[in-house]
Amino acid sequence: MSGPKMKFVFPRVLTERPFHYCPGCHHGIVHRLLAEVLEELELRERAYGVASIGCACFLYYYFDIDICEAPHGRACAAATGAKRARPELAVFTYQGDGDFAAIGLNESLQAAARGERITAIMINNTVYGMTGGQLSPTTLPGQRTTTTPEGRDPRMYGYPLKVAEILAQFPGVAYCARVAVNSPRRVLEARQALRQAFLAQLEDRGFGYVEVLSACPVNWKLDPVSANKKVDELTQTFPLKIFRTWEGL
Amino acid sequence: MKTLLVKGSEAIALGALAADCRCYFGYPITPQNEIPELMARELPKRGGVFLQAESELAAVNMLLGAASTGVRAMTSSSSPGISLMAETFSYLAALELPAVIVNVSRGGPGLGGIEASQGDYFQATRGAGHGDYHFLVLSPASIQEAYELTARAFSLAEKYRQPALILTDALLGQMKEPLRLRRLRFPRYPVEDWALTGARGRPGRTLRSLFLGPGELRARNLLLQRKYQAMRREARAEILYAEGAELVVTAFGSLSRIVREAVEMAREKGYPVAFLRPITLFPFPDRPYRKLAEGGQPFLVVELNCGQMVEDVRLAVCGRSRVESLALPPSDLPAPEDIYRRIRRCLAQR
Ligand SMILES: Cc1ncc(C[n+]2csc(CCOP(=O)(O)OP(=O)(O)O)c2C)c(N)n1
Ligand code: SF4
Ligand SMILES: [Mg+2]
Repeated sequence: MSGPKMKFVFPRVLTERPFHYCPGCHHGIVHRLLAEVLEELELRERAYGVASIGCACFLYYYFDIDICEAPHGRACAAATGAKRARPELAVFTYQGDGDFAAIGLNESLQAAARGERITAIMINNTVYGMTGGQLSPTTLPGQRTTTTPEGRDPRMYGYPLKVAEILAQFPGVAYCARVAVNSPRRVLEARQALRQAFLAQLEDRGFGYVEVLSACPVNWKLDPVSANKKVDELTQTFPLKIFRTWEGL
Repeated sequence: MKTLLVKGSEAIALGALAADCRCYFGYPITPQNEIPELMARELPKRGGVFLQAESELAAVNMLLGAASTGVRAMTSSSSPGISLMAETFSYLAALELPAVIVNVSRGGPGLGGIEASQGDYFQATRGAGHGDYHFLVLSPASIQEAYELTARAFSLAEKYRQPALILTDALLGQMKEPLRLRRLRFPRYPVEDWALTGARGRPGRTLRSLFLGPGELRARNLLLQRKYQAMRREARAEILYAEGAELVVTAFGSLSRIVREAVEMAREKGYPVAFLRPITLFPFPDRPYRKLAEGGQPFLVVELNCGQMVEDVRLAVCGRSRVESLALPPSDLPAPEDIYRRIRRCLAQR
């Protein structure tokens, strides 16, 4: 038989420590893709990651690269400081929707508006995963969370914040995309988006942003398969799209 | 050697440049805008980074990021801005980052006022943020000393992998005095064994403060405490007229200049009064206090607040002497005569 052979290659950037994430959580898939992209772009030796406060705060357990912890919401400011201090580093943040878009929205938007040469990865699971599934700025109308037990009421909490759509308007942003990882095709697209978001800084084009619609089965109170399917529903509010790229759409 | 006529705030910026500070991050607030303005003019010329942040919150986190890469970096602000930075102060201490922070403090609480005040003594020496930690805290009394202590702060911060804070106030920040641009030779310390510079030829490194394993956080805390103990050897104070003194008058920062004048006034009139000025507020120089208290002489603590440093003096003398407080909440500055009258009263009570 001819044709391509499948081979399992473990990215060197990843440590062998098993992920602590819940079954069906998408954080692990995104970690794997990020590791592959860092390896492909040969960034292991000049990568600087900012671990934010959320379910992925243990980022440093899984990546064999330099990683700094930032207070909740301040990842983009810390990344700005590191990148300005040592422009040769490939600096990225890995944040949740609460970290990036609630407590840290100002730092996030301002870094993007300044066109910081950093890459921000935002895991949008529509809840505060780490603290037990509370309302987040990206919670859908009607979605039940532990602090909106009757569902998000728009009269009380308004409507979800569409971060990619906001960032897409900034000339400082060189790349802005929203992706998902709930199907093989989408996983490949997500990988490509991450790659572009790193090239945005490596080629000195501007801020790179990738928002990943991610399943949080535990806090959505769904089994992993149903949670994976539910991500399709999210795409109606949060369309998957490349919103901006320096190469032109 | 060049001599300039500059404000205290400018002297601080010049001290930072003398120490080869590479990055400055800050957000405007009176009475310290001369620091960012001077840095904005001078740092880029020297290949450094000046960045005006969107808030003090962002500024101090930019500082965290820059310092984590082993680069000399600083921020400055005044009281309300310093309060806003407090959470990240705790992280800076926990991550053991050598970062320099300047507080040209003003009156509080709240928006308070922009006059000279020492109301941030507790905030500076007790750690404004959460958890058991300390900053190194240095407090200059002249423009020359503001320049030199700032440069020294960078060196000490690096030596102990430890945030260092310069606590001064509107009076020193805004007044002008001649500054001799002396060459300063405070040592540099290697950063290669901890800084995040990319994992070239080595495993990845982590700077973190989350410790969930059994006993881990306790061990971490004890390690920090050992460092704070080791830092005690950096305690500094200025002591004058200790010989045969029957009263010790003590004050820090710009106010100490007025207090010193009052002490000299008393001595001219024949009253044997000593002057003691802590230069480091953390570590607090308790040794000279303890020593002077051996003879049971009373202490008079003068401060521009409602009585904060007096607590450290009481701890240092540990009941050996009477400690009186002349606490002056922010308003008009006292005249040397006001303090002199209080000195007379203290002596009369012997
Ligand atoms: C200043 C501060 N406030 C609150 C918290 C508690 N906290 C930790 S993680 C988190 C939310 C995380 O949600 P998100 O960013 O969406 O990440 P996820 O866990 O969903 O991946 C909160 C509120 C904190 N650590 N610090
Ligand atoms: S709580 Fe949600 S986001 Fe956090 S690890 Fe579990 S599934 Fe993932
Ligand atoms: Mg979340």
